[in-house]
Amino acid sequence: MTRIFTSPAAFAALTFIVYAAALGLYKKFKFFLLHPVLVSIAALIAILRLAGLSYEEYSRGGIFITSLLSPAVVALGISLYREFGKIRKEAGAIVITTIFGSLVGIISAVVPALLLGSPPQVIISLAPKSVTTPIAMEIAGKLGGVPSLAAVIVILTGVFGAVTGPAVLGLLHITQESAFGLAMGFAAHGVGTARAFEKADAAGAFAGLGLCLNGLATSVLTPVIISLIPG
Amino acid sequence: MAIILGLLVLGEALSFLLGIPVPGSVLGMVLMASGLGLKIIRLEWVKDAGGFLTGNLAFFFVPVGVGFIAHFDLLRTQGPVILGVTVFSTLCVLAAAGLCHQWISGKSRKQEKGGE
Repeated sequence: MTRIFTSPAAFAALTFIVYAAALGLYKKFKFFLLHPVLVSIAALIAILRLAGLSYEEYSRGGIFITSLLSPAVVALGISLYREFGKIRKEAGAIVITTIFGSLVGIISAVVPALLLGSPPQVIISLAPKSVTTPIAMEIAGKLGGVPSLAAVIVILTGVFGAVTGPAVLGLLHITQESAFGLAMGFAAHGVGTARAFEKADAAGAFAGLGLCLNGLATSVLTPVIISLIPG
Repeated sequence: MAIILGLLVLGEALSFLLGIPVPGSVLGMVLMASGLGLKIIRLEWVKDAGGFLTGNLAFFFVPVGVGFIAHFDLLRTQGPVILGVTVFSTLCVLAAAGLCHQWISGKSRKQEKGGE
């Protein structure tokens, strides 16, 4: 009997049910800490612990869902193409902002972590924290970080950035919709993009663009910066 | 869907053959955008599968996040550092990207006006 509940399909189904419930909860309360991904992860960890199941058992079901991540990153190329037409006018500024923003994102995470004596796997998992989760996980995994840790860091970044972003940008007098959107997409990826859409459609489109470009720039720049770390 | 998977395989192959540490899926994303831009790929071919994948993006990374329990000890010792660095770095990126873009695009706008 217990076999049924620990089969790979059952774990995939459980993940889906938990996520659907978390999504419902979030839609009802609209409270940022109830971000459905954050809630789902916490709930699933609690369920596994209470049931005394190991992650290895769970991951045999989870892998079905995870295998859709890479195709989803490829599909982001469709959004990238769609945003491209809208923003051709500011292309030069966007390219410079992309390289600069991406560098700041990686360095401002790697250097403090290095100074605080974090182990390499933590530093590598922190480096891609401002890009969208699937890309961050691939970067972290490829360079010897911990993809699941990168995923949690990315989600925390997104939630924090989306919540504080508008206030921080207001304080800095960043009023231009394109700059506001780009900054939100750069710092807080998908969560920030959703927040930018709440302000204005144009800001949201720029945020979506920022998300894609930052993913691209960070996956090129992170290996370079990590290789510069002594030891 | 076949096109998306095909581009993913192509991206992985490129990443491997060129020996660059950029994930194959990210190269696939670039191939997708360029393919659409150059009109090699039609939007109708990939629109539906793409919409399904990007629309449910958040769900796909839940299991990986759960994998985090395997690294609980890491969080116990590194938790405060991770949290602190995350907050610090996020604020840096917000300010850097926002100020950089507003400054540059504001400048070019002024130049345009001056040239008229």
